[in-house]
Amino acid sequence: MAKKILRCTVNGRQIELAVAPNQTLVQVLRDELNLTGTKVGCDMGTCGCCTVHINGKAKLSCLTLALECQGAQITTIEGLNQYELHPLQKAFAEKGGSQCGFCTPGFIMKSAALLAENPAPSREEIAAGLSGNLCRCTGYVKIYDAVEQAAQEMQRAEAPAPAPART
Amino acid sequence: MSNPHFVGVETARPDAADKVSGRTQYIHDLAVPGMLWGAIRFSDHAHARIKHVDTSAAEKLPGVEAVITGYNTPEVRIGFVRDNFALKRDKVRQFRDEIAAVAARDPETARAAAALVRVEYEPLPGVFSLQEALAPGAVLVHETDAKGRPRKDNLVPVRFAHHSGDLEAGKRASKHIVEGEYRVPLIQQSCMGTAGCIASFDTRGNLTLIAKTQIPFLAQKDFNRALGALGLEGRNTRVVVPALGGGFGTGLDTHAYEYIAMLLAWRTGRPVKILYNREEEFAYLSPRQSATARIRQGCDANGKLTFREIEVTQDNGAYTSWGATFPSVMLVPATSLYRVQNISFESKIVYTNNTYCQAMRGYGNPEITWPIESSMDELAELAGLDPVEMRLLNSNQPGETTPMGLKITTCGLQECLERTAAGLNWKENRGKRRNVKRGFGLAGLINVAGGGKIYRSDGSGIILKPDDYGNVNVSYGGVEMGQGLHSVLALTIADTLGVRPEQVIVNQTDTSTCPWDVGTHASRGAFMACNAAVMAARKLKARLLEWAEEIFPVEVEEALAKARKHPGFKEPDFDWRGNCRPGCFELSDGILTIKGAPAVPELQVDFARLLRAIHFRRQGGGTTFAEEAFYEPPTELPDWEKGIGNMSATYAFGAQGVEVEVDEDTGEVKILRLVAAHDVGRVLNPQTLKGQIYGGLAQGIGYALYEEVLTDKGRILNPGFTDYKLPTAVEMGFPIDVQLVQTNDPEGPFGAKGVGEPGLVPTAPAIANAVYDAVGVRIRELPITPEKVLKALQEKRRR
Repeated sequence: MAKKILRCTVNGRQIELAVAPNQTLVQVLRDELNLTGTKVGCDMGTCGCCTVHINGKAKLSCLTLALECQGAQITTIEGLNQYELHPLQKAFAEKGGSQCGFCTPGFIMKSAALLAENPAPSREEIAAGLSGNLCRCTGYVKIYDAVEQAAQEMQRAEAPAPAPART
Repeated sequence: MSNPHFVGVETARPDAADKVSGRTQYIHDLAVPGMLWGAIRFSDHAHARIKHVDTSAAEKLPGVEAVITGYNTPEVRIGFVRDNFALKRDKVRQFRDEIAAVAARDPETARAAAALVRVEYEPLPGVFSLQEALAPGAVLVHETDAKGRPRKDNLVPVRFAHHSGDLEAGKRASKHIVEGEYRVPLIQQSCMGTAGCIASFDTRGNLTLIAKTQIPFLAQKDFNRALGALGLEGRNTRVVVPALGGGFGTGLDTHAYEYIAMLLAWRTGRPVKILYNREEEFAYLSPRQSATARIRQGCDANGKLTFREIEVTQDNGAYTSWGATFPSVMLVPATSLYRVQNISFESKIVYTNNTYCQAMRGYGNPEITWPIESSMDELAELAGLDPVEMRLLNSNQPGETTPMGLKITTCGLQECLERTAAGLNWKENRGKRRNVKRGFGLAGLINVAGGGKIYRSDGSGIILKPDDYGNVNVSYGGVEMGQGLHSVLALTIADTLGVRPEQVIVNQTDTSTCPWDVGTHASRGAFMACNAAVMAARKLKARLLEWAEEIFPVEVEEALAKARKHPGFKEPDFDWRGNCRPGCFELSDGILTIKGAPAVPELQVDFARLLRAIHFRRQGGGTTFAEEAFYEPPTELPDWEKGIGNMSATYAFGAQGVEVEVDEDTGEVKILRLVAAHDVGRVLNPQTLKGQIYGGLAQGIGYALYEEVLTDKGRILNPGFTDYKLPTAVEMGFPIDVQLVQTNDPEGPFGAKGVGEPGLVPTAPAIANAVYDAVGVRIRELPITPEKVLKALQEKRRR
């Protein structure tokens, strides 16, 4: 199959790459761009390990053809943090939400999209939001804890500074 | 070590930051220059003679470098009874049998070429159930044994049994006897990171295998033997273990795909990577055995157990892995969960034409705790006792020796049972919520927690190598697979040696740099590693403190001389010279000082500075350090046919209880809350410890309610997460109360016991007992699906 040029933005950088029409986004990310932080757990949309953001929405990169991403803004786990850990990454590390770690990038990307839509989710909303991501190590308990901690921290960070006291 | 202040404190794992950043490298992420990709052509039949293999079309596909079969490569045998082969000749015995393999420039080409291999078969009738395989005159899966002698039946030639006391006397002494047949399904370990390896040879014929393994040193042994088959006797295998992506028992054996990668690498002279995708993982990697257990046990009028009789039959599949030896571990609960005399345990391991099975977390224990703990509830009901009272009455106690010869040192079973019951308000709730279809159930457990001796050594070596910059590099042969081994190693070494945890750096597990370890299994990782680490760290500390007598005064004088140049400097009000005596030094948090000295910088020597001062000693004669220790636990290799031997240095106990709600219209079982009380000895890191328990629970719940690999005449029908149901965050959304019972084991590092497996051991019977309490039906076959519950409810109504 003849390759076509894909132009998009990955983690803030413009890329221009010849890709085959049947190449999935995760193949391009991992094999062409060496962004191996995005994991392939099933390659059929059942485990959530390959979750990335496409134009701010959480998507399964194993079910997305690379050429569907013309002009898109793509963020992977490597792009979530530039100089310090994102609050979700920090919380997953501090709370023990990552054990073998293979599912972790997918969980963090999915959680980031969840918190962008719903900054203070209930346990039920976290469960529903993360129900497409599988983890075999943690029993999800510390993943819940991590998402809750990150949500609180992100809300604190976004809360407007208290007005200076008037004298 | 007198005052541990890192051990026992909630601490993030040292590997966490890389994992959350996507920087951790798994086998999936690794490539080496010049690497080819391998793919395997698996059998199209469960049982057939191979008439002809034609590889010509595969060889012609552009990009293919080699196509190998059992006919053009040396015979490589696999497994401890040597009944399996890397590539099969003459006959296939299961759908996943490896017939041919391809090395090609990319994985797509390799898979395409493997599909082009043409195989002609003569199909044979197969045996797919225990009944079929054990029937007189059954088709034989293996016509001959490994030595070529004809076989008469489909029994795997290993025996695990135990007979003690007087079974008939026990039966006569019984007021109540219960009997039942219990089944467990085939399930998949479901590591999120699938299986894979990279094999490469140097010019002299030494193999490097980057392998997703839990047994690097036994793998080295297996592969060195395989090198012999290639005519490379005396050459070596170096096993390197990348980040694992989950183990759960899948790494306890060496696998055909790994030997095939070796054969392809040898044939092509280039590194070869084989990586399973999810469907291949389900279809071609060994799952956990299905098994049937018949249990009879009795009690006297007071509820004291009088005898226990168990017969287990497990479906081994077509070949034998270490997983066939599950009954070795079943012996522990069969003979020693609760105090019972008069025991009979027999096991049969049966060849079939189903997929062959391997180890999974718990290794026989969940399989046998399932009938024992279901049956305990039935017995309690007959005896008119509360299930908790019944268990407390028969609870193991510290200091006892069980019929298997297990020496119970510390034992928190009673406290675990009591705390689980208290956590569920057992007395007020159990048996009293049937009106709302809610039920309460509980089950206990015993598990090896101080190693599990199944090999001539159950030991572990470790090397601590401090460097000039104050890092303590650790070479340990066990495997960090997500459980938190490196975390507890860092805390243990930090406290024992007297450095900060972040100064401890655990190296990649590699047989060329790490001392021998039997493998990370049997809940032995932290117990062994930390015991070895304590030994090595104490030796290292003793040597450093000896050097301190010479180095400390020199360094302190120098620091004081510098400090005196500052106006206003005050001499420390402490006779430090008078105190520079053996036994007066203290190394803690990476600082060498004198006990009782004021905390002024001039009287403190940084760990790195101490090491450099010794290394670069001015008058010569300096040294660097590398301290080694080997810990071998005080255990016995059991006599398996007698089922006697103290296989572990200590035993973990625990209890789990649940509240469930059963929907009588759909048969669905919903867990409302769960209490898990575990005797953990001592907590090394509460975070990783609880992670082990929570993760174990989720696997226990999957086993209890959801998971089953379905097969039809040996073919796997649900090779993927679409049809194989793992618990998700939704199923695990109920409150979990983990209670840590600290019994401070004398043999454990800082008092700790192994905790890797107990979390999933009693979960299924606790749930089944709760279902019975809710709606009065007893399910004896896992998983407890809505269909089974509905059917049982219908039968109950008919009665």
